[in-house]
Amino acid sequence: MRLRLVKQDTNFDFFKRWKMWLGISGLMMVIAFISFMIQGLNFGIDFRGGTTIRTDSNQPVVVAEYRDALAPLELGDVSISEVFDPTFEDDQFVAMIRIQAQEGEEAINSGTVEAIMSALRTVHPEIKESAVESVGPKVSGELIQTAVIAVVLAIGAVLIYIWLRFEWQFAAGAVLALVHDVILTIGIFSEFEIKFDLAIIAALLTIVGYSLNDTVVVFDRVRENLRKYKKRPLNEVLNISINETLSRTFMTSVTTLLALIALFVLGGDVIRGFVFAMIWGVIVGTYSSIFVASAVLLYFGVKRDWSKPDVNAGNQYANIDA
Amino acid sequence: MLQIDMWKRILIVLTCAAGLWLAMPNAFYGPVEMHNDAVEMIERNVSDAELASKKLTRADLEAQRALWPDWLPSRLVNLGLDLRGGAHLLAEVKLEDVYASRIKATWPEVRDALRAITPVRRQQSPEDELRVRLNDPEKMTEALEIVRTLARPVQSLTGAINNDIEVSGSDGIITVTLSEAEKTATDERTMQQSLEIIRRRIDEVGTREPTIQRQGAERILIQVPGVGSASELKDIIGTTAQLTFNPVVSRGADPNANPGIGNEVVPSIDEPGAFYIIESAPVVTGEELVDAQPAFDQNGQPAVNFRFNTTGARKFGDYTAQNIGAPFAIVLDDEVISAPTIQSHIPGGSGIITGNFSVEESTNLAVLLRAGALPAELTFVEERTIGPELGQDSIDAGKVATVVAFVAVLFFMFASYGLFGIFANIALIINVGMIFGLLSLIGATLTLPGIAGIVLTVGMAVDANVLIFERIREELKTAKGPARAIELGYEKALSAILDANITTFITAVILFAMGSGPVRGFAITLGLGILTSVFTAIFVTRLMVVIWFERKRPKTIEV
Repeated sequence: MRLRLVKQDTNFDFFKRWKMWLGISGLMMVIAFISFMIQGLNFGIDFRGGTTIRTDSNQPVVVAEYRDALAPLELGDVSISEVFDPTFEDDQFVAMIRIQAQEGEEAINSGTVEAIMSALRTVHPEIKESAVESVGPKVSGELIQTAVIAVVLAIGAVLIYIWLRFEWQFAAGAVLALVHDVILTIGIFSEFEIKFDLAIIAALLTIVGYSLNDTVVVFDRVRENLRKYKKRPLNEVLNISINETLSRTFMTSVTTLLALIALFVLGGDVIRGFVFAMIWGVIVGTYSSIFVASAVLLYFGVKRDWSKPDVNAGNQYANIDA
Repeated sequence: MLQIDMWKRILIVLTCAAGLWLAMPNAFYGPVEMHNDAVEMIERNVSDAELASKKLTRADLEAQRALWPDWLPSRLVNLGLDLRGGAHLLAEVKLEDVYASRIKATWPEVRDALRAITPVRRQQSPEDELRVRLNDPEKMTEALEIVRTLARPVQSLTGAINNDIEVSGSDGIITVTLSEAEKTATDERTMQQSLEIIRRRIDEVGTREPTIQRQGAERILIQVPGVGSASELKDIIGTTAQLTFNPVVSRGADPNANPGIGNEVVPSIDEPGAFYIIESAPVVTGEELVDAQPAFDQNGQPAVNFRFNTTGARKFGDYTAQNIGAPFAIVLDDEVISAPTIQSHIPGGSGIITGNFSVEESTNLAVLLRAGALPAELTFVEERTIGPELGQDSIDAGKVATVVAFVAVLFFMFASYGLFGIFANIALIINVGMIFGLLSLIGATLTLPGIAGIVLTVGMAVDANVLIFERIREELKTAKGPARAIELGYEKALSAILDANITTFITAVILFAMGSGPVRGFAITLGLGILTSVFTAIFVTRLMVVIWFERKRPKTIEV
């Protein structure tokens, strides 16, 4: 007996309310954008400069005590938070201390770190710093710039690739789906104030890759079915294609999610934000390849006259009747 | 048809075997690492002193070497700083420093060249500019000609030949600045020197696998595993500006004394309260040293012997010949190490630095001189320290998570596709093995996000197989017989697999090109994962399916 996530021969009508789904997706994007504009992102030091110190102690962290101990140092904006993780030992208590970039300094000087640690030792004598990271304001500015360029480049490159392999309507659908995924991911990071650092950019690009993977598989089938069912209306062809690939879509999403959830629970707190972004991205990406990418395709329509010379003639797929 | 040529089969099997063979040492990380270290030490004929400092004997080395057979592959995946612990620094080189010292060095030349026609005085000016007032402004045209002859040709990147200095004159003042071509050439030289010096200093300490890389026009990335903290690493590198030999104008106790134009006040390193006024333009700089060794002077005090290259030796010889009886200062890091009086002409370009050194200090000074001073000051714009415990925690957590993810996916695939699921699972195991093999082969660095990349690959790698299996299921429905269904399944799924993976690969490449550090580690594992998963899906599982099919010849199949 085989495990079937999706029963054989599904026939859901994904496009009965496609305008509503597009509307909902649009609305979500607007909400995410408003959240981003109002709350802003909780940028890590990678993007706004400053220093984080990760401390390790065998006594429970009391944020107020830490704060009082650091107050005389006049470091400006200090944020202290306790870190929890199931992988910690019973007597392991970890805190993250973040201080703003100090006046006139690029990276932090070791004197400041030492001053902070000795202040904290008055609270817990055996406290240790397990990681110190410091990024100067100059570098952080550049990192933001590179990150934005990377995301835009990735989306641009993909737009061109799909345009070449399919038609522009497909490229438009895929890219709108990607923009949707990226905006919703940024939105959830701003709404829940999850730390947004360099690793999250990597996650964003992976989401771009994953969502695309999904979209391309559906589109590939659409292309095939457009030739197979020349007379049927576009929304039916899209529906058939999505239903036919539904089983695969779920299988891949589930295996990927299984792996990611294992990493989320067991992988430690250092990469939890990163993994969270990817889990969210897999869910949103799966949704968007059906309800955004295909719906956009339906909105723009597709050239149906495939009697013109085959675009694939002569290339490596020429012998494949896809 | 369902046929694969014998040579293709052999090639596929060999490729898998090669990947796994290369990956194997990583399963025995600790012993292999010790073996590699031991081999490295034996090959470079490690000195007894160094062995003793590591608390090892030759017998230990041989024993460590024997931990792993020499004929087996021994390349390992490097562990990134976030996994091993260590320090990361991004340093910015103050390139303008060098312009200033280049300009400083032109002053004596200009003065001496113009002495023949008119006396000159140096004027107050920005650091990267030399202004000289002619006592006789009438001689301007002639003076400009003379100064211009001091220019040397520089070849720019485009191949054009330019002068290294630009000379202009008005109102009886001659201004000398560096030309753009010279600035570019100087920048390039400064970066090369800084890199080389940092590398030598870190090598002197003998840590394992440091990364020292140029980043962009003026930055250097330094990553050293196993160093306790970034500030320790900074101490090793030092931020020394320059080692110079300067003429001494006078000695006093007032740090705020007015030194006069072209001179400066510097403190003495071992006489508290003593200050020297020295000429800013050095006679010789540390760049012209070729060797420095710890030694003892005639009184048995620790000292440092040094030797200049030919140009340095000539300058030093000329200066000592003309200034017998005058003191000159050896200045390191803007502090006077010692200010001996010139006893005699020193023609050979070698000399001895004496001072109140301990043996250790003289050894350190020799190392510092030998490595050379940094040509320009470094500012650190980014620094990260990761403690070894945190790194170990991350490795442990990553291992557990990978294993759990793996088992979950394996089980899920089996439950969904039965026998075909097992084929896919074997391919998945080979796949992860090959990722490690490739990572070891190219000497890539595994970071924490890199582990995430592998876990993600585990999840996504099955995608290609899922596409194929789902397609076979569909083709089975139209009842063409199992052989035809399998064949069509592979054929028709191919374009979707390629398109989907090429697009993901594009993003991995962009991530690699734009990212740095951990992000780059993620891009590498993701990219390699895509390559290996496409390979295993369209070749390895197919081979397994084909072999199985040939043996069993089933009338019906269930996927």
